[in-house]
Amino acid sequence: MSGIIEVRDLSKTFETDDGKVEALQNISLSIQAGDIYGIIGMSGAGKSTLVRCLNYLERPTSGTVEIEGRELGTLTESQLREIRRDISMIFQHFNLLMQKNVIDNICFPLVIGGMKKKEARKRAEELLEIVELSEKALAYPAQLSGGQKQRVAIARALAANPKILLCDEATSALDPRTTQSILRLLQDINRNYGITIVIITHEMSVVREICSHVAIIGEGHLVEQGRVADIFAHPKTPEAKELILKGNSTDRRTLEDRQRELMKGKCCIRIVFSVNSSFEPVIANMVLRFGQPINILRADTKNVEGIARGEMILSLPDDREVQEKMKAYLTERGLAVEEVNGYVD
Amino acid sequence: MWTSDLTLMMLEGVRDTLLMTLMSTLFGYLIGLPWGIVLAVTDKPGIRPNAVVYKILDVIANIMRSIPFLILLILVMPITRAIVGKTTGSAATIVPLTLAAAPFIGRMIESSIKEVDHGVVEAAQSMGAGTFTIIWKVLLVEARTSILVGVTIAIGTILGYSAMAGVVGGGGLGDIAMRYGYYRYETLIMIVSVVLLVILVQIFQTLGMRLSAKLDKRK
Repeated sequence: MSGIIEVRDLSKTFETDDGKVEALQNISLSIQAGDIYGIIGMSGAGKSTLVRCLNYLERPTSGTVEIEGRELGTLTESQLREIRRDISMIFQHFNLLMQKNVIDNICFPLVIGGMKKKEARKRAEELLEIVELSEKALAYPAQLSGGQKQRVAIARALAANPKILLCDEATSALDPRTTQSILRLLQDINRNYGITIVIITHEMSVVREICSHVAIIGEGHLVEQGRVADIFAHPKTPEAKELILKGNSTDRRTLEDRQRELMKGKCCIRIVFSVNSSFEPVIANMVLRFGQPINILRADTKNVEGIARGEMILSLPDDREVQEKMKAYLTERGLAVEEVNGYVD
Repeated sequence: MWTSDLTLMMLEGVRDTLLMTLMSTLFGYLIGLPWGIVLAVTDKPGIRPNAVVYKILDVIANIMRSIPFLILLILVMPITRAIVGKTTGSAATIVPLTLAAAPFIGRMIESSIKEVDHGVVEAAQSMGAGTFTIIWKVLLVEARTSILVGVTIAIGTILGYSAMAGVVGGGGLGDIAMRYGYYRYETLIMIVSVVLLVILVQIFQTLGMRLSAKLDKRK
């Protein structure tokens, strides 16, 4: 099946003062209409160059890019400009016009497309509603937060009814919570308007959160590609494994959210082992002694002032008497015990 | 010893200086603005790189900027005569002033445009904007504050040059300061002319900076 974006044997070589740099080598991708397609790689892997080849902001040195069956390399400059209106782009640093207010920024692609100013304004107002920023219509970008700026950029990108939205590290400058809300917005856009989305990122969590397919780029090569679920479950290459492992730590926040759910209404304690307390199987002995199950919510080692310390969050049985006894038991064995309620740092 | 004739002369001096400065700035920008735009756009990182065009405009700007103003003043006298019909007086001074100002203004425009964030240009390109659209709707808009600061600097510099033209009978306050103060040792007139020049520069500087700050939306 032929996709909305077909990349074949694409290579890109840059001529620099220090000689040739092969940014991309023999990349082939097929992206189907309606996909949310992630392209992930470490910094410097060439993924930003790849996404710029998809709308010919960068011309590939060899190979072809087809958008809806039209090969970009064969188009004239004006045909290329025409087709770019169907391929919007958002960026890591938003790239808004700093001297224009929000509504004029969103009108920009419409006005350069030849739409009347009044019509463009009407459309821009609709878009502001979609990105939930109607009250900021007259604000300037400098007065907005990062997340708000990206929302404006998304509204601007949607203005000309594109078929494809390219996102170049669109959430990399945002904090985790804002990242979540931008990802939700992109997902809604994909579902409601059927826009194909290509997401360039170095964060596995972004890919896992919303992408249906993923391509892993390493040092200019395509290392692995396929459905996100498959690659995540069975990563074949070292690059894929590394990215997935790295992804886990950035995922901490969602993990902690889940933990907080579990801790609701339960008596939980946090215990800290020092080096010498780890010889005795304290927890196992305690369970045997009291004959009551406990639930380990989290176990971790942390490096505190150069010494490895084990940390555990335990959910104790509901019986208050047993709870007190267990706490006393642990304290006797030289562990730091502290009650925690709903928040784990 | 200060007569009403002198006051009148001073007022005329102010008027001539203003006329020379503002007209030369205007003509200077008519030439310098497109010059600077072409320099910025055709340079290697620009949106339409063209090594030949860039080099030609670059070399001409360098040559014109390295000729001392007083020499230029005399050098272009045939052109001045052809355009204005004479080589003295404030109207005639506008010609060499414009020629001196244009490459300087071109350079300032070039640097203002080059300050514009490349990402914004890339965003416009990704929307299908052509070269002219990018120049008019992105580069000049985003560089507006910096360009206005440039105008302020240009006016101050041109005003200074206009006073220098007094040496060859250029008209305006500089001319008065030369003729009365320097040749006839009438120190008072010289001081008054200089003070008036200082006040003029001060006014333009303040107005220019205020205007550019007011139009800057980056804060």
